[in-house]
Amino acid sequence: MTITVQRAEKLMRSRRAAQLWLPLATIVALLALWELAVRGGLFPERYAPPPTVILGQLLGMLLEAGVWQAVADTLTGWGISLLISVVAGTVLGTILGRFASASAFFRPIVEFLRPIPSIAMIPLAVLMIGSGKPTEVFLATYAGLWQMLVAAVAAVGAVDPVGLQTARSFGLSRADQVKYVMLPSMLPRLVTGVRIASSTVLIFCITAELLIGVPGLGAGLGAARGVGDMPRMYAYVVIIGVLGYALSALFKLLETRLLFWHESVRGAHR
Amino acid sequence: MNRWKPWVLSALGAVLALVAWWIASDQAGSIYFPPLQDVLEGVWTYWVVGDGGRHLASSMVNLFAGLAIGVVGGFVLGLLIGQSRLVRTALTPSLEFVRAIPATALIPFAMVVFGLGSEMKIFIIALGTLFPILLNVIDGARELSQEARDTASSFGIRGWQKQWRVVIPSVLPRAAAGIRIALPLSLVLVVTSEMTGSNTGIGYVLITAQNSFNQTSVWGAIVLLGVLGVILNSLFGLVEHRLLAWDKGLHRQGDH
Repeated sequence: MTITVQRAEKLMRSRRAAQLWLPLATIVALLALWELAVRGGLFPERYAPPPTVILGQLLGMLLEAGVWQAVADTLTGWGISLLISVVAGTVLGTILGRFASASAFFRPIVEFLRPIPSIAMIPLAVLMIGSGKPTEVFLATYAGLWQMLVAAVAAVGAVDPVGLQTARSFGLSRADQVKYVMLPSMLPRLVTGVRIASSTVLIFCITAELLIGVPGLGAGLGAARGVGDMPRMYAYVVIIGVLGYALSALFKLLETRLLFWHESVRGAHR
Repeated sequence: MNRWKPWVLSALGAVLALVAWWIASDQAGSIYFPPLQDVLEGVWTYWVVGDGGRHLASSMVNLFAGLAIGVVGGFVLGLLIGQSRLVRTALTPSLEFVRAIPATALIPFAMVVFGLGSEMKIFIIALGTLFPILLNVIDGARELSQEARDTASSFGIRGWQKQWRVVIPSVLPRAAAGIRIALPLSLVLVVTSEMTGSNTGIGYVLITAQNSFNQTSVWGAIVLLGVLGVILNSLFGLVEHRLLAWDKGLHRQGDH
């Protein structure tokens, strides 16, 4: 009996270790393969400098104040855009989800506006708003807003009508109905919506910076390409990747913390 | 609400919005906000019967080529990665990292490798649309129910048979959710990839219009893109409905 338990524990531990080491080993192996391919002449160096060169460049850049400023600039645009998207998208989505008539009335307008890539509005936005942060925020918010709106409509759909009726017949006040019935049912989809909107908003911030030259990581990337500095360009791509990864990891963590009681999160630990 | 009321309300909403836009833009007298009549005439004379057809065709060919590569690639890779715990554990962090890089940020890289032609644009569209499908299919393959697995193995269904009859059908709904996310993304990527250093496509027309301060043409391109988005979404909706009519969870929200 004890032997079986010990063996099971050992297996668990080795599995957990594999969870950590296997991905790391894969990354190292992939990078080593890339390094060898470039050094060995299989892959032209002007396409992609070897990872060690990019890493060296990256470490050097971490000492530049300008790079940190670019990170801060991009994060500012991301934060403002996400905030507006989430608030406006949740409010509008809740209204549309709650009232079938409003939803039917606005449906064609939403369906037409939603797929328009806000990138196409750059010419207009640059002329009307200028080529600074506000334009970036406008473009990113336009993209993020619809995702939050769709998530909010779906969230309202997840509210159990019987639960709401029960709350009403028990005489819960309107505020309590929202607090104890609506919000808990809506929260999982809303949080997922925020996470998806966050990554969309980041994409559009970087793209706006790249195309218009608004200060930020995208502009840095564009400038490095402009002068043909490949290691610097790739270092920027890595920084952007790390930022995106960190933000989505943060939201995933928030999701598990906030929704520890919900099926979708509890089920994940099977 | 009875059966036809939503349709009447939708039609009313569309008509009222168009009328409001028509009147507001007609009264505005602003060069940034040209009359809707001019915009629609421009769309007709340029995109439908005029020179724009060439650019529209170029954009659509690239969009579908990129999307096809993204969908097929994401599906096949997703099946391979999703069904092996070992491969999944090994690759997930690397994939998450690459996914976190916006495809548009890789345009400079694609330009260095593929030049300025269609290959570059198709590469960017394929790369950007691959991930939503890949990650959804991985999740789908991972969530394949134990009963389905056990039933298949007790009936001796394995190998290609198992893939075709058990795995693919249960993964399809997730793949569809991924494609639903990839569609609007492909429209963004096609336009963005044409805006830098290209000489064909909707994005190129937009940049040309911007440089010549032709606001009517910019509005025309925006209207065109809205219509294209609606058409793409509806087409996919039809296909999805046909293919997945059996799926109870149809129209569930996709992730990633």
